[in-house]
This record gives sequence, C-alpha cells and structure tokens, in this order.
Amino acid sequence: MVHAAFLMPLFPLVGFAVLLTLGRRIGDPWAGWIGTAAIAGAFVAACVTFAGLVGEPASTREFTQTFFTWIPVGGLQVKAALYIDPLSMTMCLFITGVSMLIHLYSIGYMKGDRDYSKFFVYLNLFVFSMLVLVLANNLLVTFVGWEGVGVCSYWLISYWFQSESNASAGKKAFIYNRIGDVGFLLAMFLIFSKAGSLDYSVIFAHKDLIGGGVATAAVLLLFLGACGKSAQIPLFNWLPDAMAGPTPVSALIHAATMVTAGVYLLCRVSPILQLSPDADWVIAIVGVSTAFVAMTIATSQQDIKKVLAFSTVSQIGYMILAVGCGAYTAAIFLMVCHAFYKGLLFLGAGSVIHGTEDEQDLKRLGALRKVLPWTFGTFIFGWLAISGIPPFSGFWSKGDVLDNVFAKSPVLWAIGLVTALGTAYYMTRLFYLTFYGKARWREPAPDRPAHHTPHESPWVMRIPLIVLAVLASVAGFIDLPVGGLDFFNTWLDPVFAGSLYNDHEHSLTVWALSVTDAAVAVLGLFIAWRIWRVRADRPEFEPRFLQRVWYWDDAYDAIFGRPGEALARFSATVIEGRIIDGAVNGVGSLVRVTSTKARRFQTGYVRNYALAIALGLALIIAFMVSRVWWS
Amino acid sequence: MSHSPGFPYLTVLVLLPAAGALVVALMAKAPRKALEVLGVAISLATLGFAIGVAVLFHTHTGGFQFVSNHDWAQALGIHWFVGVDGISLFLVLLSTVLFPIVLAGARTKNDPRSFIAWMLLLEAACIGSFISLDLILFFFFFELTLVPSYFIISGWGYAGRAYAAIKFFVYTFLGSAFLLVGILAVAFIHQHQTGVLTFSLPALEHTHFSGTTEVLLFCAFTAAFAVKAPLFPFHTWSPDAYSQAPTGGSMILAGVLAKIGTYGIIRFDLNLFPQASKDLAPVLLTLAVIGILYGAIVACAQRDMKRLIAYSSLAQIGFIALGTFAFTTQGLTGGVLLMVNHGLITAAIFLLIGWIYERRRTWQLSELRGLQTPAPVMAAVFTVVMMASIGLPGLNGFVSEFLILSGTFLVHRWWAVAATFGVVLAALYLLWAYQQGFHGTVDPVNAKTRDLDWTERLVIAPLIILIVFLGVYPKPVLDRITPSVNQLVARVEVSTHTHQPLVARYGTAGAEIAAKGQR
Amino acid sequence: MSINGDWYLILAAALFAIGAVGLLVRRNVLVMFMCIELMLNAANLTFVTFSRMLGDIGGQAVVFFVLVVAAAEVVIGLGIVVTIFRRRVSTTADDLHVLKG
Repeated sequence: MVHAAFLMPLFPLVGFAVLLTLGRRIGDPWAGWIGTAAIAGAFVAACVTFAGLVGEPASTREFTQTFFTWIPVGGLQVKAALYIDPLSMTMCLFITGVSMLIHLYSIGYMKGDRDYSKFFVYLNLFVFSMLVLVLANNLLVTFVGWEGVGVCSYWLISYWFQSESNASAGKKAFIYNRIGDVGFLLAMFLIFSKAGSLDYSVIFAHKDLIGGGVATAAVLLLFLGACGKSAQIPLFNWLPDAMAGPTPVSALIHAATMVTAGVYLLCRVSPILQLSPDADWVIAIVGVSTAFVAMTIATSQQDIKKVLAFSTVSQIGYMILAVGCGAYTAAIFLMVCHAFYKGLLFLGAGSVIHGTEDEQDLKRLGALRKVLPWTFGTFIFGWLAISGIPPFSGFWSKGDVLDNVFAKSPVLWAIGLVTALGTAYYMTRLFYLTFYGKARWREPAPDRPAHHTPHESPWVMRIPLIVLAVLASVAGFIDLPVGGLDFFNTWLDPVFAGSLYNDHEHSLTVWALSVTDAAVAVLGLFIAWRIWRVRADRPEFEPRFLQRVWYWDDAYDAIFGRPGEALARFSATVIEGRIIDGAVNGVGSLVRVTSTKARRFQTGYVRNYALAIALGLALIIAFMVSRVWWS
Repeated sequence: MSHSPGFPYLTVLVLLPAAGALVVALMAKAPRKALEVLGVAISLATLGFAIGVAVLFHTHTGGFQFVSNHDWAQALGIHWFVGVDGISLFLVLLSTVLFPIVLAGARTKNDPRSFIAWMLLLEAACIGSFISLDLILFFFFFELTLVPSYFIISGWGYAGRAYAAIKFFVYTFLGSAFLLVGILAVAFIHQHQTGVLTFSLPALEHTHFSGTTEVLLFCAFTAAFAVKAPLFPFHTWSPDAYSQAPTGGSMILAGVLAKIGTYGIIRFDLNLFPQASKDLAPVLLTLAVIGILYGAIVACAQRDMKRLIAYSSLAQIGFIALGTFAFTTQGLTGGVLLMVNHGLITAAIFLLIGWIYERRRTWQLSELRGLQTPAPVMAAVFTVVMMASIGLPGLNGFVSEFLILSGTFLVHRWWAVAATFGVVLAALYLLWAYQQGFHGTVDPVNAKTRDLDWTERLVIAPLIILIVFLGVYPKPVLDRITPSVNQLVARVEVSTHTHQPLVARYGTAGAEIAAKGQR
Repeated sequence: MSINGDWYLILAAALFAIGAVGLLVRRNVLVMFMCIELMLNAANLTFVTFSRMLGDIGGQAVVFFVLVVAAAEVVIGLGIVVTIFRRRVSTTADDLHVLKG
C-alpha cells in the first residue's frame, strides 16, 4: 500500500497536463472539476499510503521510491526520489486534503473568470510542486518543489495581471523568495562540500562530517531560505502584498501550505539543527520577533485579507519559534491546525468578498451575520480556534508551542504570550467589524456607491467551509498534552527522536501554562469586544506606524531600492557607456583621427606617386651604395 | 581510445551546409519560397547527420570519436583533423538544432537568397570550429564565422547596423590576431623541441613551455576567446551587435558564436596551457564574477529588450567561465552544459523578441504593454523561456547553474557566494521586463497584437521541449559530457600537480577520506 | 670590334632616366605608358648585358618574363585607358584623382 506514494504527485501532474492542453476547450466549470478530481485522487493516494505506513511497526515507517537519476556528475549524484516517513506523510495528508477543499471552493469562487481553466492549471501545478517539496529525499529535489511553489505563487498572485499592482506584488513575492533561495543554495553547496551528498539520509548518517561552525552556517543559510518562503523578518513583507491574488490562492498558498514550507524544511533537517545551539537561538528570536511584530501590524490593518496575512506571518513566527526551541512536533502540530483554521478564515473572508462583490475594506463591511449565515457560522470556529479558546485546535497547538518555549526561555515565552493576547484581540476586531455592528455597506462611500444586499455563497463554497470548521475545532485532539493521548507526538517520534525538548514539562506546569493561555485568549477577546463595539472608527487604536507596517517597505526602498536603481543607472551610463565602451570607441576615434591626417598624403595624382617611388628608389640605392662605400 | 566509423560523418557535417550555401547562392532565379524550403531542408539534413553522430557516440568514453585526419598542407603541418568528444558533441548538436529554427522562424523578405546562403555558410563555419582538432583548421573556421556574421548584421540589421557590424568585426578580429600569433608560436616551439611542425592539438599538448611563455601564450589565446565569448570587460561589441542584428543573427551570435569563445577556452587554453590556466584562474574567476554581477546590474537599467538580453548573456557567459576555471568535475560539466542551455534559451528569447518586433515594430519595453491579454500563448512561451533563464529548477538553466556554483564552491568559496547573488538579480530584471511588456492593462496599440500562429508554435516547440527535457532529465547529456570533462580535469591535475577536492570526484566517500586526512 | 659592356649599361641607365623623368613630368596617359615601357626595356637591356658579361643565361631568361609581363601590362593598361577615354573627354592623368584620400 505504501507503494501508492508515487500517485500523490502524479495525480496533480496529470491534472496539470490535461488542463494545460485541453483546459481552454473544457472550460467553466468542468476544468475546475477535473482539477479538483486530480487533487482528490492525490488525497486518496495519500490516505492509502498513510494506511500502509501505519500498518508498519513504528521503527520501520520510512521508505524511499527512486524514479531516475537526475543529476549524475562525479561525486554529485542526485536522484529523483520520494522519501516517505511520518513527517512527509503528515504534510502530504493535510496538503492534499486542504488543497482538495480549496479546489472545490474555487469552482464556485472563480466562476465566470475569463481564464477559468488557467487558474486550475496553476493550482494543480502548485499542489504537484508542494508534494515534490515535502516528499523529496534530498535537498535539491526539495529545492525543485520549493521553487516550483514559488513560481506558482508568482503566477497566481499576478493572476489578474491587468492591474499593475497585482503584477508588482507577484514580482515582489518572487524576488523576496529568491533572496531566501540564495541562502538555500549556499547551504546546499556547503553541505555538499562537506558531506559529499545532498540526500537527507546520507547527510544525517554523516553528521560528523559537518562540524560545529559549518553546521551553524548551513543552518542559518537554510533559515534564510525559510525566512523568504515563510515570510519571516527580514523578508516578511511580500506576504501582505501577495493578497493581491484570488482569495483561494491566499488560503491555499499564502496561509495553509506554501508559506509553511520553511518550517517543514527546518524540521526536515532537524538533525543538522541540533548540531548548532547558536543557530537555534537565532531562529527562536527571529520567530518570536516576527510573531510579535506581525501581530501588532495585524491590529491596525483595514483590509480583511491583510489582517489575515499578517496573522499568518505571526502564526508562522510561532512555528519558527517552536523550531528554534527544538519543539519540532509542536511546530508541525501548529502548522496542521493553522492550515485548517487559517484556511477556513481565508475561505470565509473569500466568501464575504464574493458575497459583497469584492469589498475587502473592514470599514465598509459589518452586520453580515444575517445575510451570510453559513459564512458567519463557520467563521466563528476559525475565530475561536486562532484566538486560542479551548477546546478548539488553536488552543492545543499554540499551547504546545508555548509550553516548549517556556522550557527554553521564559522571556521568549512572555513575548509569545503577549502575542497570543494580541492575536485574540485582532481576530475579534476583524470578526466584529465584519459580522456585527452597523451595515456600513449600505452607505455610499465617496469613491463608490452603496452595495446591494450581499448574497450567500453557493454550496460548492459552503462545503469546504463546513469541513474546515469541523477540522479547525477538533484537530487539537490529535495531540493532547496528556500522556497516552499525544498521538501526534508518538507518530512523529521516530522522525524527531533525539530532539532537545521533546518531553513535556511536569504536568502541573503544563496545566498552569494552559490555564494562562486560555485566560489570555479570553482577555484579548474581551478587550477587543469592548473597544470595537462602541464604533468602527477608532484611529487611536490604529496608529499610522502600524498601518504602514512599521515603515518596513519604505525603509527597504530607501536602503536597497533607490540606491540599487541609482547603481544600475550609473553602471549602465557611466561605467558601461563612458569607461568600458568609451575605451573601445576611444581606440576607434584615435585610429580615425590619425588616418584623417595621414590621408593627406594620398593626393590621387599619379606623378606624386611616381615621384615617391623614384625618391624611395633613390633612397634605397643611396643606402646600398653607402654600405658598399663605407665597408 | 578514439574510434572512427567508416563514414566521415563530421566532414559531411561541415561540407553539407557549405555546399548548400553555394547552391543557394547560385540559384538566382528561384522563388523565395523554394529557397526557404531548401535552406531549411539542408539544415535539417545536417541536423540529421548530427543526430546520427550523437546516436553512434560511445557514452562513458572521454576521448575523441569520429576522428578523421587527412593531410591538407603537408609541408606546413596542417591537417584536416576533426573529431568530437563529450564537450564538443553537444555544441555541434546545439548548432545544428538552432540553424533550422533560424531559417524557418527568422526569415527575411529582403534578399532571402543571400541571407540563407550566408546562414548556411555560418553553420558550416560554426560546426567546423567545434570539431577542429587542428589549430590552423580551427583558426580558419573561427575566422570564417566572422564573414557571414558581418554581412548578416550589416545587410539585414536595424538602424545602427553599420556601426554594430564594424565594431563586432574589428573587435573580434583584433582578438583573433593574438590567437594567430599564439597558434604559430605554439607550433614553432613544438617544432623546436621535437623537430616536427604540426598544428594538431593532441600533438601540441606535449609541448613544454617555460612559465612566462606559457602565461603569454595563454593570454594571446584567451584574448581572442574572451572577446568572442564575450567576457567582461571585452563585451561592449555584444549589446550593439545583438540589438542591431536581425533576429536570426542575434540568435546565432548569442546562441552559437558566443560559445565558440568559451569552447575555445576549454578546448585550447586548458589543454595547451594547464599550468597558466591554473595560475591565472583567480584573475579569470574574478572577471567572471564581475561579469555575472555587472551584467545583471546593467541589465536592470536597460529599457531595450535586446540589449537587456545581451547583458544577461554577459552574466551567463560569466557563469560558464566561472565553472570552467573552477577545475572541478561539477564546475566544468556545468560550464559545458550551460553553453548548450544558454544557446537554447537566448535563441528562444531572441526569436520571441523578433516575433514581437514583427507585430509591433518595436522591442522597446516602454512601448509594449499588457501583451498577455491579446497574445496568451506567446506570453506563456516567453514565461517558460524567461524562467529557464532565471534558473527555475525543472528547466534546463538551473541544472547547469547549480553544477557550476556547487563545483566552484568546493574550491573558490567566496567567488561562488558572490556569483550566487547573480541569481537574484536575474529574477529582478527579467521579471521586471516581463511585467513591462506583458502585464498591465493593454492599450489600443498593443491590443491588436497577433498571438503565435501554428507555424510559429511549431518552430519554437523544439526549443521549449529541449528546455524542459534538459531540465528534467539531463542524464543522457551529462553522461556524455562528464567523461570528457574528467579527462580534461585529470590532464590539468597531472600537469599542475594539484587535485580537485575528493568530494567532487567521489562524493561522500571522498568527504570521509578528506575528513580523516584533516584529523 | 667589340664594344665594351659599360656602354650598354650607360645606354640602359640613360633610357631608364628618360623614362622615369618622362613619367614624372608628362600628363598624357599614353605617353606615360610609353615611358614605362622605356624603363622596362632599359631594365631588359641591363639584364642582357650582365648576362653576356657574366656568362649567365639566367639574365636572358628573365628578359622573357619581363617581356611577357610588359605585354600583359600593356594590354590591361591600354584597356583601362581606353575605357577611361570613353567615359571622360580629357586625357591627362591629373584628372584621374578620384582615389585621393
């Protein structure tokens, strides 16, 4: 049964190929159904593989499927091969599952789009790349998937390319990712130069070849890659712009799957991470800073999708923090739960946007609970889950992370807790401004007329909402912090055996921490409710500093953007034009000037030439005669 | 070692297009269509022979195959001495693939007879350069490429063609002068030592040079190749020539002719002057890295698509040089592979730009806008090619770039690190260019742009297929390049008493030995 | 009576000088042609003389080459001159300075 693994990436690949060649002819909505069916096939294959894997004893739950040798050059032998173990299996299950739901949702959401089939072409290719990323048995094939999802993300963000800002957002995402990729590439070079291979199994078996300093460098370089892909400081500001893409894309790529790839990568190479405690600290600090900074920004954004985007950045910050604390299981646990509730929140937001004809401004929404009952009903679960209210999944998963952080450093834990408070606050603000209060969409704004009454989404969009709402509520139960009920921990144990902080704290501490988490969540919820119930316009709680994202983009523009442009212009005009080409043309001019002078000798009169010949002859004779004479 | 079938495949590879050129040139009365068909047919027949060579080529042997060696000017020691190994095989294939595409896809209405004849002559000269194992023969073909390219640029080019053609010709010719002096010097030194006057490469490899002589000769050879490639800072003819040449000319200039330069470095510099190559490697590596970064930075400031691609080519050639002078199996193999990949990619890009010009009469990015709306297929093809150029894994550019960088990193860490940043810059200018030309709301002028028709799709399809295939399954190519590269690396190692890191050759086993050695 | 070889050489030098001066001072293309012939034949005379004086037949052989070359030159040269005359009315060499730098 485990040998069905190759079907997981194969289905989306076939779907991609079919839609690419025939998609335009198949059209709306069957192209969408074909795309969804391909992912459903992958999901079934994942379930079958999973069943097979569970059937094995815990110690032998790993196997490799090799297809062909990709790059065979001397000592560098890279194979196209899949590696199945509990970690990649977990990823595959939730990736295919969530993707399937979002494909289904897209059938309704994208209805009537002029490039309907193209959307599913990209989406299927994305799922294929994502599966390659998680299933690869070596760093280089992981990188193939890594870049594949990146380019799909580029295409999907700039999907509505007619608008200049969408196109720029896609480009920005790609370039930020590329900066991270430099880290990934250099890490691969470094690891290859020391271990002579890029296969995970070989690298881990020869850990001793990668010494302390090299390990730190390799981990930090990989982490740079992870920062790009998972939108962490200092490369996080592409993700909010990425919201320019269609909402299902934001849900799938920029919340549930692709952006968590950095976390997956770090977990995948956890044996290397453990060689370098210094790097762990860097990772933990970057993670907690990102979580905190993004949380503060999320409290002040006006756009419903931007709030969710910064929320995603913040939540991934938690995952990175967990990785930095050696709590890989907790990171993956949060990733899975986050995929469910953030996917749900994005799809809910999409449903709102779809229902109000593309209104994304929180200040133009409100009181939608009556007109969008299904959206509202499912959104509640997502909201409570992310806020960390027990017994929803966010409470358990975030709690797991914070427990582990507490074991590493109470300071980091305190920042994490404040972030949790903020999370509950901004989500409640979003929830309140969208579904409660006055129906602001009825009032015409200066720049646009009042909306018609919003409409609830069709059933293809409602089903994913319902399924995700259920999952977001109950997913936490796969890993309860009680001995014997921590199924997820046991399942992943073979992968992360030997992790630093694998054991849970003393049970009393765990209880105390859990109660604190729950109390903080309720507090955040309460504060937001008090503030935003009064009125929707509260500029004092939305400082400009936060609205402008801590002036992060402006700073980059000033530090890198404008000097970079100036450098390019200077190189192109002065260095290239004046110096390098100037030298070449200078030689040309020199020749021209000399020859202009020299051509005067060519008078064109035969007698002059004849005279020159005669004089030359005379000179030669004179020379020869003088030689004879003097000798 | 060298194996040669009875039939002189390689000689035919040169003579067929050359004869074709003559025939076409003489058909003064033939209608345009007939000439075009004939041109494509001849180049396709050449491609057929090249494929035959590739099929009969023995994998896993590093030496020259299909060797044929005949006296030409016996008293002067000049031979018709041709052969291919893994390094030149794919360059021959690249040439034979690109010429039919040029003849079919970049046709010209103005005097097609001369154009086709020049192109076929150029094909013969290019193939001849790649298969010559006699230095004078190589020089002959190396120079012969200049004549047709000069006439193609000056005859069918755009507004600034006269300046561009002269600059191209004179600049390259100046470099060749050094090459000729170098070749003669090598042969005479060899004659002095052995009493035999010969220009055959395998014989001259055994010449012994004193240190300074070797450095000087290396510089003489490299001057010609660096201009031809072009390497920074000898590149300024290329933006002018690439942008002013007609579409087919740009495709061949950037796709094939540039490779003769880098091929020359690998074939002649490394084989004849291993010690000097090794000694001067830091200089060339530095020039390569500067070329990579500088080319990319200057490309960022271009508003003219053809010049942009010219500068991006400068960066790519920098990568080739980087891999070459790393002297590791990965670096050199990657370098050879990148020659092929870059040939395919730039040819495809120039072809697309040519088609855009046919429709819009411009390739200035400021005048193009939102082309993806009226021409989605063209946009899709452009995207694939662009992504290959950026180095997206799964497409061909990545494999070579990765090999080069990983091979360089093993021996010259910081050069590789600096070069890796070129990867970001490539994304920067190409995505920017794409956004300018294809994204955004289409204006009325651009809205009527015709999408690719079926002929055009058919013409560019082979390039796209190769770009994808070589990205996904480069093994058949790598298996043939690597043995020859290993032989070359071994030659350099023996002559310089150095060796590449064990990791490069033996992977993990090598790494273990190296680690034990350190302790 | 045998004449001393020196006289032949003096005659040849005189002929050559006449030819050279004529070439320099005359403008008529045909006359210039004849002057060239004069110089060539002066050289021929020198060759024959030395051949006789040194007893080497090689000098006389060279004369035949020179004669052939001179004949060929006259044919081509006259051809050019005739064509030029057809195109232009004037006959002086100074009018033909289109190759001026």
